[in-house]
Amino acid sequence: MSKFKKKKGGEMPAVNTASLPDIVFMLLFFFMVATVMRKDTLKIKNSLPAADQVEKLAKRNLLMYIYAGKPSESYKQFGSEARIQLNDKFADVSEIPAFIAAERADKREEEVPFLTTVLSVDKDTNMGLVSDVKQKLREVNALKINYKTRKGNLIDSPK
Amino acid sequence: MAKRAAPEVNAGSMADIAFLLLIFFLVTTTIEIDSGLNRKLPPIEETEPPIIKEKNIFQLTVNGNNELFLKAAGSDGDLIKLKDLRKAAVAFLDNGGGTGDDACKSCKGKRNPKSSDNFQKAIISLQNDRGTSYETYIAVQNEIIAAYNVLRNREFEQKYPNMGVNFVEGDIEYNDARTSPERKAQLKDKLEDIKLLIPQKFSEAEPKKSN
Repeated sequence: MSKFKKKKGGEMPAVNTASLPDIVFMLLFFFMVATVMRKDTLKIKNSLPAADQVEKLAKRNLLMYIYAGKPSESYKQFGSEARIQLNDKFADVSEIPAFIAAERADKREEEVPFLTTVLSVDKDTNMGLVSDVKQKLREVNALKINYKTRKGNLIDSPK
Repeated sequence: MAKRAAPEVNAGSMADIAFLLLIFFLVTTTIEIDSGLNRKLPPIEETEPPIIKEKNIFQLTVNGNNELFLKAAGSDGDLIKLKDLRKAAVAFLDNGGGTGDDACKSCKGKRNPKSSDNFQKAIISLQNDRGTSYETYIAVQNEIIAAYNVLRNREFEQKYPNMGVNFVEGDIEYNDARTSPERKAQLKDKLEDIKLLIPQKFSEAEPKKSN
């Protein structure tokens, strides 16, 4: 009978943690692969409008980003009017042609016709600013544009 | 001499190091897939714009208070709600009021002679005010694209019922890197065909200066 007796002073055996690093590494690799580092630091409020007929943007290296919106909390000194941000700086509409030219110069020549300008504009912006941007883009013949949006339903948007 | 066993490296802290890295990547990760509405701007041209019959224009105006006015099919401009816009645009594009050379074979609309002739002739024009909010503008753009997609899906499914997808799904599949080259080749000319049949003719007037 003594065979079935519990061992005396039976301490809980320690959980084997030898495979813990493997598990963690697996997670690590997943996040390393899935990570996309932000290209620009946003200085503006940028909550995008919603749309449901969205298309995915294909090639990341063929995109030029133009941001617009009201300066965010930490940049209050730039006023409360909506502004444009190119790369990491606030910019004026008149700087767009130079920006586009610089972006084009960076790319290989055969890629230039496929460049798309992504307008990442805050939803509270007035169309006046966006129209000015569009007009400038037309002037430099950067005609492929994309209005960056969130995927979502429109029904809850006003009017 | 007796062989000495190589001392084992203590791997106990490996997990800690991995955790540290993991946490770094967790914090910096933005799993974000860019998506949006693709549009093409009209080039700046010096030439006179072509003369278009008024019945072929679906004239939308968004004012500074984000209200929509629609002038189409012989009306003088009515206030329209955003949720009715898609239906109205589909009805306009699909009208098929043309006769003779302009007749539209695949249109299933009311064939109102006061509205658009066929898919190729129908133009949607959007004019906005400088005070219009971007959100409303995107919503309107979205509805117009949706109207085109409704018709393109319908025609695609009718013309190529064996593909097992509709136009929008086909387009996504075509742009997906994982799709096989054979499938892409299959899809390509069919998508192009539908795009030619129902072109997105969309014109944006320069915004009105107001107050």
